[in-house]
Amino acid sequence: MNDFNATMARLERAQPGKVILWTLLFIGGVIMITPIIFMVSTSFKTGQEVYELSIIPQKPTLENYIFILQESKFMRWMLNSLWVATFSTASVLFFDSLVGYTLAKFDFRGRQIVFVAILSTLMIPTEMLIIPWYMMSRSFGWIDTYWGIAFPGLMTGFGTFLMRQFFMNLPDELIEAARIDGWSEFAIWSRIAMPLVIPALSALAIFHFLGNWTAFLWPLIVINDLDLYTIPVGIASFNGEFQMDWEVVMTASCLATLPTLLVFLVLQKFIIRGIMLAGLKG
Amino acid sequence: MTEVTLDGVNKLFGSVTAVKDFNLSIDDSEFVVFVGPSGCGKSTTLRMLAGLEDVSSGSILIDGQIVNNVHPKDRDIAMVFQNYALYPHMNVFDNISFGLRAKKLPRNEIETRTYEAAEILGLNELLKRRPGELSGGQKQRVAMGRAIVRKPKVFLFDEPLSNLDAKLRHKMRAEMKLLHQRVQTTTVYVTHDQVEAMTLADRIVIMNEGQIEQVGSPAEVYKKPSSQFVASFIGSPAMNFATGVISQTNQGNSLVTENGEDITLVDCDITDARKIQLGFRPEHMLLSEKTKSSKGHVCVNARIKVVEPMGHETVLTCNAAFGEIVGKCEGDKQFQVGEDIHFQIRSDHLHYFDFTTGLRI
Ligand SMILES: Nc1ncnc2c1ncn2[C@@H]1O[C@H](COP(=O)(O)OP(=O)(O)OP(=O)(O)O)[C@@H](O)[C@H]1O
Ligand SMILES: [Mg+2]
Repeated sequence: MNDFNATMARLERAQPGKVILWTLLFIGGVIMITPIIFMVSTSFKTGQEVYELSIIPQKPTLENYIFILQESKFMRWMLNSLWVATFSTASVLFFDSLVGYTLAKFDFRGRQIVFVAILSTLMIPTEMLIIPWYMMSRSFGWIDTYWGIAFPGLMTGFGTFLMRQFFMNLPDELIEAARIDGWSEFAIWSRIAMPLVIPALSALAIFHFLGNWTAFLWPLIVINDLDLYTIPVGIASFNGEFQMDWEVVMTASCLATLPTLLVFLVLQKFIIRGIMLAGLKG
Repeated sequence: MTEVTLDGVNKLFGSVTAVKDFNLSIDDSEFVVFVGPSGCGKSTTLRMLAGLEDVSSGSILIDGQIVNNVHPKDRDIAMVFQNYALYPHMNVFDNISFGLRAKKLPRNEIETRTYEAAEILGLNELLKRRPGELSGGQKQRVAMGRAIVRKPKVFLFDEPLSNLDAKLRHKMRAEMKLLHQRVQTTTVYVTHDQVEAMTLADRIVIMNEGQIEQVGSPAEVYKKPSSQFVASFIGSPAMNFATGVISQTNQGNSLVTENGEDITLVDCDITDARKIQLGFRPEHMLLSEKTKSSKGHVCVNARIKVVEPMGHETVLTCNAAFGEIVGKCEGDKQFQVGEDIHFQIRSDHLHYFDFTTGLRI
């Protein structure tokens, strides 16, 4: 205890601001992580134990996992989600950066108007778009298809905006040098511009993948076929079928976070800044 | 064998005229330097040559062909940018060979030519490094490598040495000259550093406010500046000027300056009483005991204000009756601030410029 007091005293003397900051961060961290701990712990509990608040399950069991992996369509939904999220993320990376690059580096009539128009789409909430999307899907026959789930997210205003901002920082000389070197505009985009905004692309990929992975409302509406459910829709369906089997829902949630964790771990190491300007100046 | 011609070229950015009625013929394997103060349109002219900027009117010819509407990649030019514009994510080898790869040359030819260019510039050891791992001088060399590897018809350089420190700049300047002697490619070089211009150029183009002030060899623009602007721009320290009106006295002509002090001129043919600027260079001012102008020499009296010894020479900033002047003399003399001294200037080292037009008389 004396030791502790001494340490605290030293800390406070040194940086009283830091101590407060760390305390706040710690509290924030606890608030963030508690539900996740409960999610993991509940997934190992039996049905009777769910409403007890102990963190360590009294009779740990893998039954929930076995049930989900064997008796439900969980794996199928996982693949659905994976496919839709990957496809849509790839599409966003391609189109958003292409449009962002064009808006940042080409001077053409109406550029500002196009940019503002794209920005303004950010102000329309998804809930408002769902009815038009649905009507569109119905007339094109996209209900109960992967395309139906994915099409609203194939290009995003946010991603375009983000990529434009990053491309704006790209020195014009690099593009001009490549132009003189004899490369086509598309090659300049793909060989010079894109590799230099990899941090931004990674951030956008994480963002979009997660958003897509957790999307609930639109997939719920456009998909009726149990085989085409995405993960969030599937998880929600456990509720109805088995009257609030929280341990099953929590187990499914645990499994569902694994791919997102993986995506994050893989991509975050690309979010290293500082490569951009390394080729310039002396 | 490449000649470049700019024929009545104008460039407007909105309502701003960046380049105005630019006429110049560049001979094969000539090294031409554009020099002028910041914002005078040097880069814009170069970028029009490269095809990175459209020409508002007039035409640009490479080897007799009008290239106004030819894409940069088809003009067979290479450009080195002020900030080098190396591709940060590629190593030196890839940076240099990037242009060759665009041409889809066979792999072994790309390699041979890249190694050859690297050899010329002493980059062999660095081929695997990325630009971020190079020093300023090395980056500069890679940028040059990227230009020479393509064996273009014309080299365009936009202030390629301005990001280097003084010593390195000196070294690279010499290398630049050596390189040009070796490859003999027609070169247009932009700088705002008149020393660079003087040392590198076969011909200097001095620009001011989008227009050409004078075109000539370094010796010509130094000895016979066609305007007061050129005279003040070329030479370091800059030329001294005395403003006044010519008046005729019984000893001959003299310059009546605004402060009333007269400078007796000798061998001056100007007969009308016009307002002029008399120019003389610091390095042409000889210390003397004489306090009057005499045959072949004009005398200027002044009082020392600042003494700057540089070792081999001493730069003196002095107050003359008509204003401040700067003189240069040998380094072994001692000077006192406040001392009165007298300079003699040979009459053929005097430059006369019309006050209103600034043109040489
Ligand atoms: N893209 C542009 N849009 C509008 N005006 C421009 C543009 N580029 C250049 N200018 C203007 O044209 C004029 C000439 O510019 P330029 O870059 O050619 O000057 P410079 O001689 O290269 O100067 P520096 O030595 O500073 O590089 C300047 O007045 C500049 O403001
Ligand atoms: Mg410039």
